[in-house]
Amino acid sequence: MQDNGNRVELLKKMLLSRTFDEKVNDLYAEGKVHGTAHFYVGQESVAIGAIAALREGDVITSTHRGHGHAIAFGLDVDRMAAELLGQATGYCHGKGGSMHIADVRAGMLGANGIVGGSMGIACGAGWAFKHRGQDHAVLCFFGEGAANEGIFHESLNLAAIWKLPVVFLCENNQYGMSMSVKKATAVENISDRATAYGMPGVTVSGAELDEVHDAAAEALERARAGEGPTLLEAITYRYLGHSKSDANLYRTREEIAMWRKRDPIQRFAVKLEEEGLLKEEEWRTLEEQSKRRIEEAFEKAQNQPDPKPESALEDVYA
Amino acid sequence: MPSSASREITYREAVREAMVGAMRNDPEVFLMGEDVGVYGGAFGVSRGMVEEFGEDRVVDTPISEAGYVGLCTGAALMGMRPIAELQFSDFITHCMDQLVNQAAKIRYMFGGEGSVPMVVRTPGGAGTGAAAQHSQSLEAWFVHVPGLKVVMPSTPYDAKGLLLSAIDDQNTVLFYEHKLLYNRKEEVPDEPYRVPIGEARVSREGEDVTIATAGLMHHYALEAADALSGKGVEAEVVDLRTLSPMDHGSIARSVEKTGRLVVVEEDVKTAGWGAEVISRIVEGESFYALDRAPARVAAADVPIPYNRSLETYIRPTPEKVVDAVQSLLDARVGVYA
Ligand SMILES: Cc1ncc(C[n+]2csc(CCOP(=O)(O)OP(=O)(O)O)c2C)c(N)n1
Ligand SMILES: [Mg+2]
Repeated sequence: MQDNGNRVELLKKMLLSRTFDEKVNDLYAEGKVHGTAHFYVGQESVAIGAIAALREGDVITSTHRGHGHAIAFGLDVDRMAAELLGQATGYCHGKGGSMHIADVRAGMLGANGIVGGSMGIACGAGWAFKHRGQDHAVLCFFGEGAANEGIFHESLNLAAIWKLPVVFLCENNQYGMSMSVKKATAVENISDRATAYGMPGVTVSGAELDEVHDAAAEALERARAGEGPTLLEAITYRYLGHSKSDANLYRTREEIAMWRKRDPIQRFAVKLEEEGLLKEEEWRTLEEQSKRRIEEAFEKAQNQPDPKPESALEDVYA
Repeated sequence: MPSSASREITYREAVREAMVGAMRNDPEVFLMGEDVGVYGGAFGVSRGMVEEFGEDRVVDTPISEAGYVGLCTGAALMGMRPIAELQFSDFITHCMDQLVNQAAKIRYMFGGEGSVPMVVRTPGGAGTGAAAQHSQSLEAWFVHVPGLKVVMPSTPYDAKGLLLSAIDDQNTVLFYEHKLLYNRKEEVPDEPYRVPIGEARVSREGEDVTIATAGLMHHYALEAADALSGKGVEAEVVDLRTLSPMDHGSIARSVEKTGRLVVVEEDVKTAGWGAEVISRIVEGESFYALDRAPARVAAADVPIPYNRSLETYIRPTPEKVVDAVQSLLDARVGVYA
């Protein structure tokens, strides 16, 4: 359990993540951002809860749906916004965009445009910690859709046999694009598969930040203690379309409304009110602050320089 | 060549010596692959290494090419210096995503803020009677991928020097060995030394025709050159040593001297790397130095057959190189149809 000041910070981070993605969604609709992006709206408690359990020196690997992971890890929304607009001052100097935001030096080893693409990399980071004798851990985010890729199997097996300090955190948001988890897997929980690799498997409600946090903290502790990986599954839901908007042909309005009722941010805010850490009027202020921060980030980003055309030929060795 | 002591060792020993030297120097270098430990690797390259460095640095993996090449990619991103061994280069299909979408792309798509200093060593090539799934030469695939370096040494000297350069390199390097080269011997310095990546070497001088080649085919080219010499034709042989980045300058210089070009490559002809060698020459200034159309000696566009004589039938051989040079020289000059 986090200290009290920190708890309000977590709420702020969830708000920041949501506001960021809602803003990007609008910008797409207005044709002001190109390419594609995948929104984290509805899942905020997973990244923010789990990342709050990290310690200095720990690293994460992210996915195509990575804005929330990046914000939770402490990346700067100014540079994220600049990257989405393809500017020279973005995290990847305009070469990566939404799906490749990274800050390797800080320990955010990258979003990834390939489903399951960062699972091997996460094992490698765990390998590096283990062989350098450092008691750091790796938090590897992936979707329930990625759990059906071959690399899921290979990565979990390698991490288990070598007791790598990796926590595999499956964000089961019920769909991989349009494919429902019920049609895509025959097991009840993704975490049931942990048994096959000889590691603990745990499923928690992703809507409860504290549940995610505590389960992640325990798994990370195991990892740091040299006891090996854990397969953690957070049951969650994405409110918006798969990428940019989609027509939602694969699910019902009722279903979306049902999940929206259990909104993780609202739940956490109510909890903080009950704990006496937040007053109702403060909530409004927090929302406004977060909106202002994101507006400011995108305004700044718009005025940033475009990368030089010749820079397209740089940063590749061969 | 440095002036230190040297002795005759095999290509296999030269590769091992480079790994052992690098691992003694730098605790961040490790070797990982299937059966590389007590077994010593499928071709015996890492024999004796686990005894010196232990199982944490000479690591036997499950049969999981995507998993451990992905792991090595991540360890390299964290600054370690992994060497991944793929038992046969054909199995590279199992880790294409890790190599092509991850390792090759990370530096560029992160805007230069991160790199993957990994070496992937693997034996390629035919001539062993191992049939279609254990004999391929797929290196052209990776020449086609920006962000990967591709090295294919033909001699023990170059194998040691290039592998040390590959381990030092900040980029991912695919290091192609050849099963038929492992027992080849030559004088190799005891001391560590580096052969730069991206530099070809003229291994035989001649005036009449340039033969550009790499890997095992370099030796076929030299054999052919000896045979041609007996017929009064002096071939200049350029061993590319690195396929990406390719040393087009050295090939061009030789072509400007001889006016004729034959490429000898072990991969299949269609979209092989030899096509790139020729394109660069004919689209550049040295086109005007050519007095006739260039030619390629490559494998036929079929999978590698099992039967020995079928295999020989479809592969390049020194005799086929001699024939190709001969018919190039016999061609009517200045008639490009
Ligand atoms: C190897 C690969 N296959 C397919 C895709 C296209 N794609 C991108 S995201 C996605 C769904 C992924 O589902 P999941 O892992 O559950 O993550 P979510 O989008 O739900 O966060 C698909 C099919 C891809 N990017 N990479
Ligand atoms: Mg999903």
